[in-house]
Amino acid sequence: MKKYTKTHEWVSVEGDIATVGISDHAQDHLGDVVYIDLPEAGKSLKKGDVLCTIESVKAASDVYAPVSGNIVEVNAGLDSSPETINSDAEGAGWIAKIKLSSIAELDSLMDLEAYKKHCEEEG
Amino acid sequence: MPEFPYLPQTEVEIEEMLRAIGVKSIAELFTDIPEKFDVDLSIPASADEFTVLRDLKELSQRNSNLNDLSVFRGGGIYKHFIPSAVQRIAGRGEFLTAYTPYQAEISQGTLQMLFEYQTMISELTGMEVSNSSMYDGASACAEAALMSVRINGKAKILISKAVHPEYIETVKTYCFGGNVHVDEVNFDRKSGQIDLSDLKSKLSDDVSAVIVGYPNFFGVIEDLREVRKAIPENVMMIVSANPTALAILRAPGKLGADIVVGEGQPLGNPPYLGGPGFGFFASKEAYIRKMPGRIIGETKDGEGRTGYVMVLQTREQHIRRNKATSNICSNQAFNVLLASIYMSLVGPKGLQEIARRSYDKAHYLAKRIEKMDKVRPVFTGPFFSEFVVEFKKDLSSFNKKLLKDKILGPLDLGEFRDDMKNHGLICLTEANRNEEIEFFAGRLEELE
Repeated sequence: MKKYTKTHEWVSVEGDIATVGISDHAQDHLGDVVYIDLPEAGKSLKKGDVLCTIESVKAASDVYAPVSGNIVEVNAGLDSSPETINSDAEGAGWIAKIKLSSIAELDSLMDLEAYKKHCEEEG
Repeated sequence: MPEFPYLPQTEVEIEEMLRAIGVKSIAELFTDIPEKFDVDLSIPASADEFTVLRDLKELSQRNSNLNDLSVFRGGGIYKHFIPSAVQRIAGRGEFLTAYTPYQAEISQGTLQMLFEYQTMISELTGMEVSNSSMYDGASACAEAALMSVRINGKAKILISKAVHPEYIETVKTYCFGGNVHVDEVNFDRKSGQIDLSDLKSKLSDDVSAVIVGYPNFFGVIEDLREVRKAIPENVMMIVSANPTALAILRAPGKLGADIVVGEGQPLGNPPYLGGPGFGFFASKEAYIRKMPGRIIGETKDGEGRTGYVMVLQTREQHIRRNKATSNICSNQAFNVLLASIYMSLVGPKGLQEIARRSYDKAHYLAKRIEKMDKVRPVFTGPFFSEFVVEFKKDLSSFNKKLLKDKILGPLDLGEFRDDMKNHGLICLTEANRNEEIEFFAGRLEELE
């Protein structure tokens, strides 16, 4: 099941591992992604901490951790092909896998329908 | 809408602003300035141009004019010969008018100049990338320290005590705000190079980088290969270099440097009163996104023509605000212009010759001094165009006498270090004529 944040990250959970990325809506707004300052595996994060920075032709934007936990894996392929974020933001363009420290945190996130509404409200 | 839109603030607005921040008067904003500087300069409210020019000329004549002096002093700022064409070309309106080339369409000349400057700095330092300059050598050194912290996340900098003392101070000031600890490493009392065993003893897991001079403050050339060998691979080596020396020394980039910085003044900029100059800053390409300052790139336009633009601006303050890579997203464009024209005019061979002559003249005088009684060379390490000598008697009174002969004598290191009283840093460049050197050597021989 996929959940979304107000800051345009998505998270998809299997067991206690959350796969995290930015939403298709976010990549569309960023424009062509040229670089990702990937986080390091092993780092522990609190929900809302900066996970990494994505640089597009328009701006460099922070991506926030949608959940708390330890980074267990990063998508190293993004180093050489950051454009994957544009072509498949919510699939092959995943950024990191985080071992959840609290499943309950997921409850505060939005489902796709709520997220769509949130995006519309933001304009 | 204020009543007078072209006046920045009205009296009423000033009152309102002062009230908003809880201050009674504008003077109160300046209470941090020590009283001793609060002197009456007795400047009249107005005067005619003729009078102003006359008064200013009178004032300026109270200074010694470097152009009228034989200069044997360096210590970070150097007197080199500057071809007349440098000022002439730099004064062209096309170069003088542009400040920030945000709009590439109308700034191709300035952008191309900065791009070529970066290329020349990359060649001199042996590094892959260069930015288009920093404020000065000291701030470039400090920014390099902060950059290493951004790259490896560790929070301790080791800096050699043989780096220019004012650079060390600047590094400490910059690091203070970023909670980065700065530790100083001793230099070897014999060679004048960094003390490698002291360096090794101060290494720890939280050390981000080691900073050395090349040549260092004492003019001594550090053995960069040995420094590199003494530190672990994940500790960065930052080299603060003299750009003239780089023309004949092996490039730091070939000896394991991660970041190379320095004061660019020797390249076509007059010494003035110690500035303005500019800082150069070069690093490995892998670190480019962590590099402070402005970077110019070469590209092709829609019709395939070569063009130049500012690149990687997403790191900078006007886009990233408080999360910007550094506090500088500007550069010393005009001083860099002087340097670019200078380097283009003298060329790689010319710069080598300038460096070689500076080296030869300094070594000639050093050899003469070895035979003298009242002065003695202090360090044994290899040097470029500066060296330290110890005077048996008071150096400052000797310097005063020299000034009467129109000689600017050695830099008194006692002003920087208590353990170096009557130690003078002697500097020679290609601009020291042989007769000057003979005269100065004679004065040294006559010392009692």
